[in-house]
Amino acid sequence: MKRHLTFALAFAALGCGTAVYAQEDFSAQLKARQGQFRIMAINLGILGGMAKGEIEYNAEAAQAAADTLVAVSMIQQGPMWPEGSDDMSIDGTRAQTTIWEENDDFLSKWMDFGTGAAAMQAAAGGGQAALGPAMGQIGGTCKACHDKHRAPAN
Amino acid sequence: MRRLLGFGLIAASAVAAAGLIVTRAAPVDAARFDGLDADATRGEQVFIASGCASCHAAPDAEGDAKLILAGGERLESDFGTFVVPNISTHPDAGIGDWTLDHFASAVLAGVSPDGAHYYPSFPYASYAAMTDQDVVDLWGYMQTLPADATPSAEHEMGFPFNIRRSVGVWKQLYLDDSWVVTDVATPEIERGRYLVEVLGHCGECHTPRTALGGMDTSRWLAGAPNPSGKGRIPSLAPGDFDWAATDIAYYLETGFTPDFDSAGGHMAAVVTNFAQLPASDRAAVAAYIIALP
Repeated sequence: MKRHLTFALAFAALGCGTAVYAQEDFSAQLKARQGQFRIMAINLGILGGMAKGEIEYNAEAAQAAADTLVAVSMIQQGPMWPEGSDDMSIDGTRAQTTIWEENDDFLSKWMDFGTGAAAMQAAAGGGQAALGPAMGQIGGTCKACHDKHRAPAN
Repeated sequence: MRRLLGFGLIAASAVAAAGLIVTRAAPVDAARFDGLDADATRGEQVFIASGCASCHAAPDAEGDAKLILAGGERLESDFGTFVVPNISTHPDAGIGDWTLDHFASAVLAGVSPDGAHYYPSFPYASYAAMTDQDVVDLWGYMQTLPADATPSAEHEMGFPFNIRRSVGVWKQLYLDDSWVVTDVATPEIERGRYLVEVLGHCGECHTPRTALGGMDTSRWLAGAPNPSGKGRIPSLAPGDFDWAATDIAYYLETGFTPDFDSAGGHMAAVVTNFAQLPASDRAAVAAYIIALP
């Protein structure tokens, strides 16, 4: 009996601890998913700067930036988007509940980014003129997802 | 006393008559379009710049489905919820049985074919200065779009905003086809002004509104609460906004901000539209924004 009680107590403590964690602390997931978007922005900045003519075109630098975008597109998204880490439940995120309600749509829009990144990877080394259309394609995938799944900035 | 009463009655009926005149829905004079022929290809450009599909396509429509103007999107506001109507070519559910005069009165004056006022959630206060040729071309293009039988839903407005006649007063105050920026130094800025102030109806979201819901042109493009209730629409006014012209044009082409964040919300739809316009139009918008006084 005593042993059963101890087991039950330990189980309850464990369960309780998990519940508190699940409700209050998604800081690691937020840092990870926001960090991946920051990596994207920095590398898009290199490619976009070259596309706009503000940075001199350099095939090697363009290729490295494009390769990085493809690498980001291969990060599995699921573990960074736990249920309850939406903007209605916690602070510090603009992730809308539609990400979970329409998860297939969210993931398909993420896949579209991967397709755009791959197109950029194929184009980046081929000269400055090829960057513009590839940037346009990636930009389209960014805003398609933001349009639906990201809340406006305050 | 009797005399006073009589005078009071006359005064009251004069006020009522004036009120009816002030609040009546006046269509535009059809004669202004005489001799103008429609060019549907040009009309498509007007359609894109005016963002018609961004509100009138079914919610979540993507790609070519955006050309089915079935309506149904819900626009929340302080005055109630507007439900965007069907303006497809369906003769019953949409506007397929309209004439050019009906269409022009709707777009330029916010007046329906049966003489009622439309709510200014339909941005006719911006479209009012659309050129006659653009109206004719736009109508020509819209008649080439598909029909959809989805019936339009009623708006969900509370009292007193459910009294459409009151929109007549609003129009007296705010329906005006004059320019906000009166001095334009170059043809490019002039084109930008037409795209921003009229077709793109940018002021409808980027300009704060008065208590009666009109655009406060004394604070033109100075930013405003997001009508959806979440967040703010940013200011584009000098002093608040420091993007270069090339940044603005690039944003309208790709959706990327200067620090390579990307457009979201309704602005994503605006970028989708402007990306389809000639580069010269994006540059014109940028020139106008940079030149704002």
